[in-house]
Amino acid sequence: MLSFNLLLAVCLCYVVLLFAIAFWAEKRAEGGRLGWLRSPLVYTLSLSIYCTAWTFYGAVGYAARSGLEFATIYLGPTLIMVGWWGILRKMVRIGRTQRITSIADLISSRYGKSTLLGVLVTLLAVLGTTPYIALQLQSVTLSFAVFATDSHVATPEHWQSPDLEATALWVAAGLAIFTIVFGTRNIDVNERHHGVVTAIAVEAVVKLLALLAVGAFVVWSVADGPGDIYRYIDASPISDWQVAPGRWIGLTFLSAAAFLCLPRMFHVLVVENADERHLATASWAFPLYLFAMSLFVVPIAVVGLATMPEGSNPDLFVLTLPLSFDREVLAMFAFLGGFSSATSMVIVAAIALATMVSNHIVMPIWLATRTDGASMSGDVRNVLLLSRRLSIIGVLGLGYTYFRVSGGGTALAAIGLISFVGVAQVLPALLGGIFWRGATRVGAALGVGVGFAIWLYALLLPSFGPDAAMPAALLQDGPWGVGWLRPQALLGTGAMDPVIHALFWSILLNTLAFCAGSLLTFPTPLERLQGADFVHVFRHPAGARGWSPGMAEAEDLLIMAQRILGPSEAQALFQAEASAQGKQGYLPDTTSDFLDRLERELAGSVGAATAHAMLGQITGGAAVSVEELMRVADETAQIMEYSAQLEAKSAELSRTARQLREANEKLTALSIQKDAFLSQISHELRTPMTSIRSFSEILRDGGVEEPEARSRYAGIIHDEALRLTRLLDDLLDLSVLENGQVTLNEQDVMLSQVIDRAVTATGSRADGLRIRRNPADEQVPLRTDPDRLAQVFINLIANARKYCDAAEPELGIAVRRGGVAVSVDFVDNGAGIPRDAQAVIFEKFSRLGDTSAAGGAGLGLAICREIMVRLGGGISYLPGQGGAAFRVTLPLANVRAA
Amino acid sequence: MGKRVLLIEDEPSIIEAIRFILSRDGWAVDTHADGATAMTALARRTPDLVILDVMLPGRSGFDILSDLRADPVHGALPVLMLTARGQTRDREQALALGASRFMTKPFSNAEVRDAVNALFAEAGGDAARQA
Repeated sequence: MLSFNLLLAVCLCYVVLLFAIAFWAEKRAEGGRLGWLRSPLVYTLSLSIYCTAWTFYGAVGYAARSGLEFATIYLGPTLIMVGWWGILRKMVRIGRTQRITSIADLISSRYGKSTLLGVLVTLLAVLGTTPYIALQLQSVTLSFAVFATDSHVATPEHWQSPDLEATALWVAAGLAIFTIVFGTRNIDVNERHHGVVTAIAVEAVVKLLALLAVGAFVVWSVADGPGDIYRYIDASPISDWQVAPGRWIGLTFLSAAAFLCLPRMFHVLVVENADERHLATASWAFPLYLFAMSLFVVPIAVVGLATMPEGSNPDLFVLTLPLSFDREVLAMFAFLGGFSSATSMVIVAAIALATMVSNHIVMPIWLATRTDGASMSGDVRNVLLLSRRLSIIGVLGLGYTYFRVSGGGTALAAIGLISFVGVAQVLPALLGGIFWRGATRVGAALGVGVGFAIWLYALLLPSFGPDAAMPAALLQDGPWGVGWLRPQALLGTGAMDPVIHALFWSILLNTLAFCAGSLLTFPTPLERLQGADFVHVFRHPAGARGWSPGMAEAEDLLIMAQRILGPSEAQALFQAEASAQGKQGYLPDTTSDFLDRLERELAGSVGAATAHAMLGQITGGAAVSVEELMRVADETAQIMEYSAQLEAKSAELSRTARQLREANEKLTALSIQKDAFLSQISHELRTPMTSIRSFSEILRDGGVEEPEARSRYAGIIHDEALRLTRLLDDLLDLSVLENGQVTLNEQDVMLSQVIDRAVTATGSRADGLRIRRNPADEQVPLRTDPDRLAQVFINLIANARKYCDAAEPELGIAVRRGGVAVSVDFVDNGAGIPRDAQAVIFEKFSRLGDTSAAGGAGLGLAICREIMVRLGGGISYLPGQGGAAFRVTLPLANVRAA
Repeated sequence: MGKRVLLIEDEPSIIEAIRFILSRDGWAVDTHADGATAMTALARRTPDLVILDVMLPGRSGFDILSDLRADPVHGALPVLMLTARGQTRDREQALALGASRFMTKPFSNAEVRDAVNALFAEAGGDAARQA
């Protein structure tokens, strides 16, 4: 029996070997001596991380449970590679020209560099990959357990001993160290990791050979050659499996989608791709590799089912079969094969996820929280490296935690399929993004979001079992008892297999949401531009924007460069280039290198798009394309923003001008008012003076004989003099009130007393105006100027006497205490004041009706209004009271606390 | 038939003063407080002269003057305008509208009497009326 310690030692040796290979490859890459390391075979082998421990161990278990269905997992990638490798070529080309670092970057970049989409895809990838990493840890731990126990049954109870859990932790830690060392050595522009790629290529060979060795052993040593295997197959339950077409199609589609969308596959396929032509080799070599990997799956499964004791875990037949026949070296080899499958996947997945997490989550947050911006590039580099390293640790820590929490009870294949459905949600946005220019950011976000939500609801959460992440009742009856919303039977499709069910609904609704969102929204200019670049990536030759040599006259270029860079700088640039070419003077040959360099220099001043367009015009070779025009438009947008600021300034100016104009109009209006006022005063003064002068002349000239006439004329003179005096008094009063120079003589007084005084002063009783009062209401104590208030009341009573035209004139004075004010209403029983006059009665000199009847200058109500303002109250006309009605209000703040 | 003046004025004491002054020169004075009744009176019986105040209730003296000058029958009547506002703008407006004389209150009695008699003489006096 192989000892556990020996196993550990071999394992450590293997790891050290991998470190050494990776280190050696890095050294060679640094020295620029990649040689065969750049061969398409290494690329093809690196793709083998598709075959994880799930494929290595799990395929056999899958075959033992579901027969040939396991082949669908290989069928999808094979179909893509053989039948549709054009899509891969397009992805690789886009990845290169756009400097794409991850699947999240591709999606985000395609849809106008959308941060939201980057975050969404990253989250989806982390959620979808974490169980998968846990699965690898579990398989490594399980395989350790097989060796650690005497029983070859390897059930969970046997491996949950402390040192095995420690093993999982050590494996995770070791993987983290390897990944950090070789995955974040440098941050290349192209993000290639030669050490890692070489190491996983070696691992790919190890796992293939291990599986082939076990297979050969099973076929020719345990059984008696291929013929015997057919006998085994006929005897096993596998022969009874019916092919379920729906499931086959679904799973094939699923594995194809996952092959395109898995972050780690994207990483090796696109990011690590050094040469597009490698894809051509991989398109036949990789399916061959998959075929070899699957060749012995069924034989191992059927022989295992036939020879191993009842209850053995079929997921571990690859290990336990050799062990049960005491082929320990073979078992060790098989173990290393499984170990390789697990580690290579984890390493690449960790690199891919760490890149996504640091580029789409950590860096945006870091940049947003920094106030001074990323000014120094060295600074950013360090932060980027640190965030990648922390992300790697985080990703592996998450996987380890999931492994510990889930307890490894679920069959390997099930976890794998759940992950596949999760990452497949990116597919519509991915394919739409590279084939359909009309796809928009909103559509992509909607599609991915909807698919993500359905995946969580219909597959991931229910997968933890009833009552674990989802209440059993919800699984059974649906939310709020709505049957057709049951997580695993949406719209009553419960008859489907849960994985296929979730796949069907999530991809269907995802695609619908994506298409609807894209059709209903309008792409931003950047999206449009990126969409054009992605969809038409093949329209430009490789190295898309290169210049052909000799397309332009150096002199033309110099003239243009001088205009943009300034004469001295442009001349220095041209001279340096010329002398580098071994020429005298300022005019170098217009090589493509020089044109590229010139474009970069110009771009530093006028922006990349403009620089390209200008150079294109001079060289004449490149007509300015729509895409370039749109780039120019993008830059123009900044200029427009600047001009918008100018416009804002000019708007401000015209606003100021308008304010000035308004102020001027106001002044003009005031001046007109003042003129009108002066006219009015003049009229009011001159009119009585006219009478006085005229009659005094008449009397002086002595032409009047009758004494009655003489005294009558003297009476007129006297009355008009009084009128003048009254007018002057009112004017002075009003002037004092309006200027606020009035001093109020505030006293504590009863409202009734003030009204009494006013009624007495007007002598109303004498000439028949009846006044109705309610003395009880009038007992309101006030603190106010009683003289001024009485003046207002007198004015109102006098007005009623003058203007009330009723046969039996009557004035009601009503006092009401409201919540915040006390009001005194004066309502007479006359005809009232016409509506159009109501607006002007408080204006100066607005006098209604006949002058002779009124006898005032029309200042009374204006004075009243001023007084009430000074007293903190107000006076207003009350329409609709029958007669003329005025309301005087005093705020209750003036009411003395009783 | 005596000389007749149409006085359009709303201040009772001024009406009384003007009536007294002019009656001593043999003028009969019809008075009206506003334009509307004055125009009716004018249509009924043509005066020799009109004395018109500017500030009147309702239509102003300027409005009445415009109407009068537009009237084909009475358009040529001499009009003496009186105003208490005393602004040059009013004088200009009055003369532009066709007032024969413009006088600012307060006036001396002699001024009014002289103005009225002069206007009457300019218009042809008794001779014109009798012709």
